[in-house]
Amino acid sequence: MTAAATPASPLSAKPAGSHLRFYALWLLGIAVLIILPLLFSSGGSLTSFSLIGIAIVFALSYNILLGQTGLLSFGHAVHYGLGGFAASHMMNAVVAHGWPLPLPFIPLFGGLGGLAFAILLGWVMTKRAGTVFAMISLGIGELVASSSLILRSVFGGEAGITTDRTTLPRMFGWTFGPQLQVYYLIAFWLVLSAIAMYALTRTPLGRISNAVRDNPERVQFIGYDPHVVRYLAYCFAGFFAGVAGGLAAISFEIANSAYLGAIQSGLVLFSTFIGGTAYFFGPILGAILVTYLQLGLTSLTSVWQLYFGIIFIGIVMFSPGGIAGLLMMHRPLILAGTFGMMIPSYLLAIVPTAALACGVILTIETVARYSGGDAINLFGVAFNPQSPVTWAVAAVLVVGGFFIARSTWQRIAEAWDRAATVARDRGYLA
Amino acid sequence: MTAAIEVRAVEKRFGNVSVIRDLNLSVAKGERHAIIGPNGAGKSTTFNLISGHIRPSSGEVRLNGAVISGLRPFEINRRGLSRSFQVTNVFSRMTVWENVRCAVLWATGHRYAFWKNVDSLPEVRERTAEILDDIHLTHRRDVPAGLLTYAEQRELEIGVTIASGATVVMLDEPTAGMSNAETERAVALIRRLTEGRTLVIVEHDMSVVFGLADRISVLVYGHIIASGTPEEIRRDPKVREAYLGEEAH
Repeated sequence: MTAAATPASPLSAKPAGSHLRFYALWLLGIAVLIILPLLFSSGGSLTSFSLIGIAIVFALSYNILLGQTGLLSFGHAVHYGLGGFAASHMMNAVVAHGWPLPLPFIPLFGGLGGLAFAILLGWVMTKRAGTVFAMISLGIGELVASSSLILRSVFGGEAGITTDRTTLPRMFGWTFGPQLQVYYLIAFWLVLSAIAMYALTRTPLGRISNAVRDNPERVQFIGYDPHVVRYLAYCFAGFFAGVAGGLAAISFEIANSAYLGAIQSGLVLFSTFIGGTAYFFGPILGAILVTYLQLGLTSLTSVWQLYFGIIFIGIVMFSPGGIAGLLMMHRPLILAGTFGMMIPSYLLAIVPTAALACGVILTIETVARYSGGDAINLFGVAFNPQSPVTWAVAAVLVVGGFFIARSTWQRIAEAWDRAATVARDRGYLA
Repeated sequence: MTAAIEVRAVEKRFGNVSVIRDLNLSVAKGERHAIIGPNGAGKSTTFNLISGHIRPSSGEVRLNGAVISGLRPFEINRRGLSRSFQVTNVFSRMTVWENVRCAVLWATGHRYAFWKNVDSLPEVRERTAEILDDIHLTHRRDVPAGLLTYAEQRELEIGVTIASGATVVMLDEPTAGMSNAETERAVALIRRLTEGRTLVIVEHDMSVVFGLADRISVLVYGHIIASGTPEEIRRDPKVREAYLGEEAH
């Protein structure tokens, strides 16, 4: 029976092409990071890219907990913030003592700051998973965030700890004054951290973390202490969150209590979940989207958090696998060659769904701006929030859009069933 | 010769309720030992007491002569005792291959290593492949365990249980819910895989029990009322009254 089964699923001899594709994907990512500033060289976009890079490292570190070990933390920003403070103090110490330590090494100390706290408190925190862990992480998060305002000598109170990254010893003659140089520093650490965190998923510890996520009880009966596994995963997550915090401290030249707080912890949970926790690249997508939205939406609307909330609820309800889950759902169809069956129904759904979205946006903005009377600019079309015409348009878009969109979603579901059935027949779907 | 498992005067109380009373059980090395008894007799509790899932209120459990009662499940597992569960208990989001490989990792000494690539550990790969071959799931190696058929999941569960190379294997109703053909397959599998090991099995299917076991213990209301060869058990009047008699109706 094995003789028959082996050719279909060769044990070690994965097709050489998959290895090549794997490395090509990483190299492509690195190439994009290198080329990006050449395409978009304005100061604003460089700052955006820097923030996105930091957010990616942070979200990937969070996914070590959430996606890989099944630990829902509400206080991950503690490690990010403490990493930021550790990096800031280190930078100031380097300058004060004249140590020969160039700026590119500083994020490492951010990581060590995050790690130190994880080593210290992680053992107690990871004793239990689930709700207990979530509650403790919330408590610790609040505790540290409020301490940061009280313990002035360490955290600098309201003002925080400021630094000047250009005063550190230079490396390759780079001052790290220009945003471009900071961007490349962040990109370098992003690549380093992403490779390290990916490698971690492929180690015995990484796989046992998955097992702990799936079934902590069973893990005990294959010789592992789930507490130790959770603790080690927590330490790694703390370290890389600290690296992200250190990069943020370099980028902003300040570390303050906002780094540590519940908002930051919520944001990383949000990014990671929206991106998708089941795949390594999920948090990357989530961090890019959320940071981009955050930067873009804040300038467009005062109620941007409301949109975040709606997106979050939408993902939780309709696509718990996040964006990555949504994309990867299509993989078997593409492999089976049946993805083409989906395209007409997708195209058909675009217009009514977009109309529904516009209606929702118009409604929200009307409510938000009614008393102020500021005009609404919806994709170049101006609306007066106090005019009944606007209300009517919003109502028509929402109601009409919903009913038409719903029927097109139905078609998507039907097309999906057909495409999936064929894919299943061809053996690409279980 | 020291027994593989020796349970002495074990008692388990939940509050005022005594679910296991004065439990004594001895399983010799290499023996296939079945525990039978009516529903609610405490068979699974006995399993949990031996494997460290719950602690006895009093009494002691020995594994190969060393006291293990009070140790935690993973400590007991590292001493060579492995068990399966009555309810299928696999790592559902991981593939069949990864399920078995996780169970191989501790025994091959890789423990919590985070500096080794799990895909390039030859002895782990060979051992995992061997076990997949043994449980006839090689052709399903890349399927997430949660998507396997029920019978396949039960077979995987057995594979995960023996993967650590444990000398004492405890299986809790391994054929529950299986069709006759599946049961036959599973019994053949268990017989083959536990060759040279000590096996303790809880089972309701009497044909499985009498076909597989060298010795049988009968548990009624948390107490073992008889222990012996299948022939002795079949003849024992107490057993016929308490258990097999009911079965005949």
